[in-house]
Amino acid sequence: MIKKIALVLTCAAALLLAAGCSSQKADRGSSSGSGDTINIGAVLDISGPSSSLGIPERDTLQMLVDQLNAKGGINGRQIKMTILDNKSDETESVLAVKKLIDSEKVSAIIGASSSGTSLAMLDTVQKEGVPLISLATNSMIVEPVTNRKWVFKMAQSDSIVAGNMIKYAKSKGAARVAVLYMNNAFGDGGKKALLKAAADNGISVVFEDKFEATDKEMSAQLIKIKGSDAQAVLVWAIPPSASIVTRNYRELGLNIPLIHSHGIANQNFLDLAGDAANGIVLPVGKIVVAEQLPDSDPQKQVLLSYAKDFTTKFNTPPNTFGGHAWDAFNMLVNAIKEVGADRAKIRDALENTKNFVGISGVFNMSDRDHNGLDESCMVMVEIKDGKWKLIK
Amino acid sequence: MHLDDQILQFFFSGLTLGSIYALIALALVTTYNITGILNMAQGEFVALGALTACSLSAAGLPLAAAFILSILITTAAGGILERAAINPVRNASNITLIIITIGISITLRGLALLIWGTDPYSLPSFTRGGPLQVLGAAVNSQSIWIFGLLAVTVSGLFAFMERTYWGKAVRACVINRMAARLMGINPHILSFAAFAASGALGAAAGIFITPITLATYDMGFTLGLKGFVAAIIGGINNVGGAIIGGLLLGVLEIFGAGLISSGLKDAVALIVLIAVLLIRPEGIIGAVSGRKV
Amino acid sequence: MKYLLVAAASLVFAALPFVLKNNYLLSILIVIGIYTLVVEGLGVLMGYAGQVSFGQAAFFGIGGYTVAILTTRFHCETVPALLAAMVLPALTAAVIGKPTLKLREHYLALATLAFGLLVHVFFNEGRELTGGPSGLTGIPYLNAGGFIFNRDYEFYYLVWSLVLLVFLGVRNLDRSRIGRSLRAIRDSEVAAEANGINCSSLKLQAFVFSALLAGLGGGIYAYYVTFISPAPFGFNMSIQFVLMAVIGGLGTVWGPVLGTGLVVVLGEVLRWFIPLILPRAGGEYQIIFFGIILVLAMIFKPEGLGAGWRRKVRANETETAEAVSLNASVNTCSSGR
Repeated sequence: MIKKIALVLTCAAALLLAAGCSSQKADRGSSSGSGDTINIGAVLDISGPSSSLGIPERDTLQMLVDQLNAKGGINGRQIKMTILDNKSDETESVLAVKKLIDSEKVSAIIGASSSGTSLAMLDTVQKEGVPLISLATNSMIVEPVTNRKWVFKMAQSDSIVAGNMIKYAKSKGAARVAVLYMNNAFGDGGKKALLKAAADNGISVVFEDKFEATDKEMSAQLIKIKGSDAQAVLVWAIPPSASIVTRNYRELGLNIPLIHSHGIANQNFLDLAGDAANGIVLPVGKIVVAEQLPDSDPQKQVLLSYAKDFTTKFNTPPNTFGGHAWDAFNMLVNAIKEVGADRAKIRDALENTKNFVGISGVFNMSDRDHNGLDESCMVMVEIKDGKWKLIK
Repeated sequence: MHLDDQILQFFFSGLTLGSIYALIALALVTTYNITGILNMAQGEFVALGALTACSLSAAGLPLAAAFILSILITTAAGGILERAAINPVRNASNITLIIITIGISITLRGLALLIWGTDPYSLPSFTRGGPLQVLGAAVNSQSIWIFGLLAVTVSGLFAFMERTYWGKAVRACVINRMAARLMGINPHILSFAAFAASGALGAAAGIFITPITLATYDMGFTLGLKGFVAAIIGGINNVGGAIIGGLLLGVLEIFGAGLISSGLKDAVALIVLIAVLLIRPEGIIGAVSGRKV
Repeated sequence: MKYLLVAAASLVFAALPFVLKNNYLLSILIVIGIYTLVVEGLGVLMGYAGQVSFGQAAFFGIGGYTVAILTTRFHCETVPALLAAMVLPALTAAVIGKPTLKLREHYLALATLAFGLLVHVFFNEGRELTGGPSGLTGIPYLNAGGFIFNRDYEFYYLVWSLVLLVFLGVRNLDRSRIGRSLRAIRDSEVAAEANGINCSSLKLQAFVFSALLAGLGGGIYAYYVTFISPAPFGFNMSIQFVLMAVIGGLGTVWGPVLGTGLVVVLGEVLRWFIPLILPRAGGEYQIIFFGIILVLAMIFKPEGLGAGWRRKVRANETETAEAVSLNASVNTCSSGR
């Protein structure tokens, strides 16, 4: 018995030592970042199911930090960016955000990549008073605003995407539509947004169904749509299920318009769906078709410059997720430039950001709106010959 | 589309899905009967085979070469795993072995995630051309290939069991493993062969279904689970049961999704599993030996 | 001497938050504590009763969702909510346990696995009740008689006090007749039954007990994170609990803490360590690592680091094996432990 207690105590001590070692930079001064460096943190879904979001975000952040530090940092102070991987897990997100706040003493945090992992961090940042800029889409992240004083969101809301999709369907004369969505947080939010947008625009949803992210085929649902009187099909999903449903769609010979969400706005979808993708219409962030935009578009310069930097450095085209990270970082940097590294002042500066030309859109934050985007932040494109073509 | 057309469509889709489950269940049942181990990593063999073939194909190899090479690689993987992780602890309790196979499946899935990431990959359909029209329902040409694979595997297995020495040895194991050992049948060789073969079968199944379903690093888990359900429905002690169980499960799932609700598709398999376990664990075909669970 | 050590340990335990002053480290300890509650229960089920469950995450989740739903939709007070978080999983376990525990080994494993997955599907589908895949936010703080728990050190004391209570409970169980009976069932159900032990009743009690503790852990988790979604409560969490129980050592009181602590801390250490050697690497290595650890642990030390689980020889469909263990467990029963 004594041996066991001693064993446990030693182990406990060892565990704590190990944990403590992994966060040795504990005494880095107050939240205003002492001396020459400004501490910023990021919690991203770099591994696990959401890694396709987290990886471009991490890459963008690292690229931007290096660029900025090479130019002398902010007002002469270098930036120290600590990026932690939450493995797409909510509990890990909580641990990571606490680590950033307590051990790294960051002035602000960017993250996380997806809705669940972002929502898990809310309580901690609100309690500790640390500004958090999320890169995920769920509207619950910034609503109700009265309970989200410290939280901001860069990604456009589902309502914006849905609004664009429904309005396009309406413009093509469809009064009755079918809605298919993925059975997870992403798809669920999309469905709600689509139903609301349809109601707001006088479109009736005659059929609504879902599929799992891992489903291998969706003919059951599509067969039912074929037998209904829907005039267009709206799908809210990401690859691979989005690709499979598209293939099934063509195989079953459905020829009513197929409108997808921004979830397929990546090269992987085009590769997997092949010819079946042609003719699909979807709303995308402008980064996807940056060169096709008219020169008068206020975002065009910023988009082209980011696209060039990203493609040169990582040998792959940029996407909207990295774009959100770009927006978060630069908005934060602007705020710090203005008010320094104090957490509360940064929060206020973020809330008062107006006319910020970013990748995801032009942001206008306020105390009622911590997202700051409207429907003009997206454009409709059609897939032609395996490429995205802006619909003018 | 009329209801009867819909039903026929559901039926064909169900059979396609069911054939995939049947193939996996076959591998599971054969392994179980030879070694007494429920291989929870079977699904990962499917994923490994599929993903390897995708990479090889994308690297420029012709489909047939990619197919053969991935099967060889997965077979080797199965054999190595058996030697390294299963054989040393052959006599451990069943729970220990189940946990070991779960550990193996976790490792393999992590490896797949590392090597291939979260993106889905695809293979071209084996034959060009759109879906065939059969009695008013659209049947994907790839489905025909899958049915074909099932038919070939079953007849191959049948020929093996009836006509060869080792086949008879396997049947002896199914009836009574202890007695088979007493008759001089070497369990080490059989165990190794069982895992290697299940690797091969899993890989083949994975490659055949990828043109329809695409391959992802986590495809193994659900497929493996459905394979289990199919095996248990059919009765884990017999091979014919695995096939019937697989086909039945596929059809049930599609009809359930089509007629009731698609969110509950996975739930169908789970509920069926629980129901069978509680009511008739020997499975529908039942244990020939009358062995109780 | 023994009491001196105990006193020292208690002092360390009580003073820790003030020494550490670091919410991150405290939160690691809190997570370890919450998981320990679950794993102690699982340890009793696996280590003492010799059963297995690959669905504990379901009970954990039911506990968490019970608290979340009762507090956000029905404005329930803390104590009743936590009680419900324990009772609901326990009831569920009682209902499904009865038919399920008749199954052996692989079938039991599969049945618990299926049950766990089914509950997960329910969390995802029960939109109105559970908030569906997006989950529920805004769980109010734990409020015990006016005292609000929203700081990490407060949770630390709460969680570890509960863990201590559970320790004492399990330790008493270990030395009691019930504990011996459970171990007899683990070694050979036939022998135990022959000795007059009501196996099915005891197995069920162990199962219900494990569900109760898991539910409590889940409830506290919900209060701690103030947000809940279906995502964490899947098979991965269930197998992680099994890993913690097995590594720590089944059939011991301290095993679960050891195993849980090891797994959680290893996770954090890996998170810090891996990017140092492989700059662009992520958590995939952790997954691979854990898989390998699980396999190695079961091959070389299935009784776990804390020792205590007798290796069960696979019943090779012969009566001799049964007879041997019958003999052995009769000896165990009569000599106590």
